[in-house]
Amino acid sequence: MEMMNTDDDSLCEDSGNETSGDDVDFNVEVETSVPKESQSYDDEYQYEVLSTSDIVQYMSDIIDEVNSVLQLPPTTARILLNYFHWDKEKLMERFFDGDQDELFKEANVINPFKKIPVTGKPKLSLKIRGTEECDICFMVFAPSHMTGLECGHRFCYQCWNEYLTTKIVEEGVGQTIACAAHNCPILVDDETVMRLVKDTRVKIKYQHLITNSFIECNRLLRWCPSPDCNYAVKVAYVDFKPVVCCCGHIFCFACGENWHDPVKCSLLKKWIKKCDDDSETSNWISANTKECPKCGATIEKDGGCNHMVCKNQNCKADFCWVCLGSWEPHGSSWYNCNKYDEDEAKAARDAQERSRAALQRYLFYCNRYMNHMQSLKFEHKLYSSVKDKMEEMQQHNMSWIEVQFLKKAVDILCKCRQTLMYTYVFAYYLKKNNQSVIFEDNQKDLERTTELLSEYLERDITQENLVDIKQKVQDKYRYCDGRRKALLDHVHEGYEQDWWVCKEA
Amino acid sequence: MAALPRRIIKETQRLMQEPVPGISAVPDDSNARYFHVIVTGPEDSPFEGGLFKLELFLPEDYPMSAPKVRFITKIYHPNIDRLGRICLDILKDKWSPALQIRTVLLSIQALLSAPNPDDPLANDVAELWKVNESEAIRNAKEWTRRYAMDN
Ligand SMILES: [Zn+2]
Ligand SMILES: [Zn+2]
Ligand SMILES: [Zn+2]
Ligand SMILES: [Zn+2]
Ligand SMILES: [Zn+2]
Ligand SMILES: [Zn+2]
Repeated sequence: MEMMNTDDDSLCEDSGNETSGDDVDFNVEVETSVPKESQSYDDEYQYEVLSTSDIVQYMSDIIDEVNSVLQLPPTTARILLNYFHWDKEKLMERFFDGDQDELFKEANVINPFKKIPVTGKPKLSLKIRGTEECDICFMVFAPSHMTGLECGHRFCYQCWNEYLTTKIVEEGVGQTIACAAHNCPILVDDETVMRLVKDTRVKIKYQHLITNSFIECNRLLRWCPSPDCNYAVKVAYVDFKPVVCCCGHIFCFACGENWHDPVKCSLLKKWIKKCDDDSETSNWISANTKECPKCGATIEKDGGCNHMVCKNQNCKADFCWVCLGSWEPHGSSWYNCNKYDEDEAKAARDAQERSRAALQRYLFYCNRYMNHMQSLKFEHKLYSSVKDKMEEMQQHNMSWIEVQFLKKAVDILCKCRQTLMYTYVFAYYLKKNNQSVIFEDNQKDLERTTELLSEYLERDITQENLVDIKQKVQDKYRYCDGRRKALLDHVHEGYEQDWWVCKEA
Repeated sequence: MAALPRRIIKETQRLMQEPVPGISAVPDDSNARYFHVIVTGPEDSPFEGGLFKLELFLPEDYPMSAPKVRFITKIYHPNIDRLGRICLDILKDKWSPALQIRTVLLSIQALLSAPNPDDPLANDVAELWKVNESEAIRNAKEWTRRYAMDN
């Protein structure tokens, strides 16, 4: 496999349907109505960051469009569109060509054209002298304090708020919330939910829930993967490019992982999967484990006896712990290993050596990858220590602008670590050739200079050495940044020139 | 302990004033959210003649979430497991805050009259109920006599 091609695979991965994209032009409204900064990390790649309510707006424009023909209650239209993964053509087709009643049933929504018999009629009998009792809190209210849907079940505003909040927050129900009365199938429409829920955070959660599948069905939209972030990014075309969310998180639009240049999405995915699968790696290499020569399962030596029986129930091979040969020729005497140099045993040992070497190689890259990841996790600590340092320096009569170089240095340090981290994934799958040697030199260079920068940032800064340190830190970070760009440029050029050959690992 | 919501106070009052035939539910002296419940086995059911003890607890967010109910008396029933837990839709996804203790207990009583082996909680019981209903009913009667009749 050539690395150049892997990019295309990842482009298709995130969309299982043809709903969205270039054939549907529902972006007109959003662009004009939402004055969002179109940030850009990479100058050519244009994208927008949308808030949850922008997305709701975007979604309701499509619903309105569909409804200009279908004339459904908006919430019903939303549920039907969801059912068809936001493919309006498909919905229209089914709506006009098939059995409508069947369609509503399939999508799990009440047919709005049918009168539904409502279970448990509203209790007019309890209306005492112009007041009503709420069936949930048992309080008596003036009718103006009670509200309900077309089914006639009425509850007080407070109870509606609590009911909807419980559904949204506790149960995570967004697509369909039915009336609070028992067995009543009438759905609470989106507008009513927004009107009756009081807490803004709950409203945002609701919008998030109802827009979730809309985003997931649309290749050109992606939620910011940062936890608790409610923004989404909208692009004009899907690409392996970094996008910066309003919350500050930078991620790869194509796959949603942290921005991972120079490695491409599909290899990163493979790597992450490998790391997850190999979590017991350290155990594996401990002196007490070997692999079964027949099936490769890891066997632990749990006693003094060298007669091993593979624990894999489908294998159950008998073999000798010492020579890895079959146990049979060892005779029936309890331990008689004189087959040490037998070919079969040697082949088994060679195979073991090879897999051990492969493991060692994996561990080499994995350790370095993990090391940078670990260091990045301390990023916020570094920022806060640098902040302290900057404050201290300002007390020594230095202006705010004079001490900014420290923050800049940390920014660059983090970028370098992030790049380095992913270079180990890239390198792990890279087949050796002339260009890969250059790449490894670049990597070594960046590694060394990044560590130097990191050291400088840990030094004590005093009044006396300040000018000197500032000069050195600035030199260092400029150099680091330059090395980082050089490494990435080289890899990018390689993608264009087809230099990189992928190793099957 | 937080003040008892008006809903619970009123519901308890009404339950005392107009009790459900065949069911008694009495709040605990020290915890007004905990009820001691006794359900009489319905007529023409294998549980006839039995008195079944249950416990019912109203969680903090009641009535937004359903009461917790459990049989204390052992019972041979396809929708009730060995720990007395009950498989009943209104105690789970079909719960509505407009339902009450009263409606819950009535539904449990109805479940005793009409076991539903197709939605089982106690698999072995449900299995027997399906393949050999008369034997299952005999077992249920036997358990009723053994566990639900002495005092
Ligand atoms: Zn109320
Ligand atoms: Zn209703
Ligand atoms: Zn974000
Ligand atoms: Zn990616
Ligand atoms: Zn084996
Ligand atoms: Zn041997």
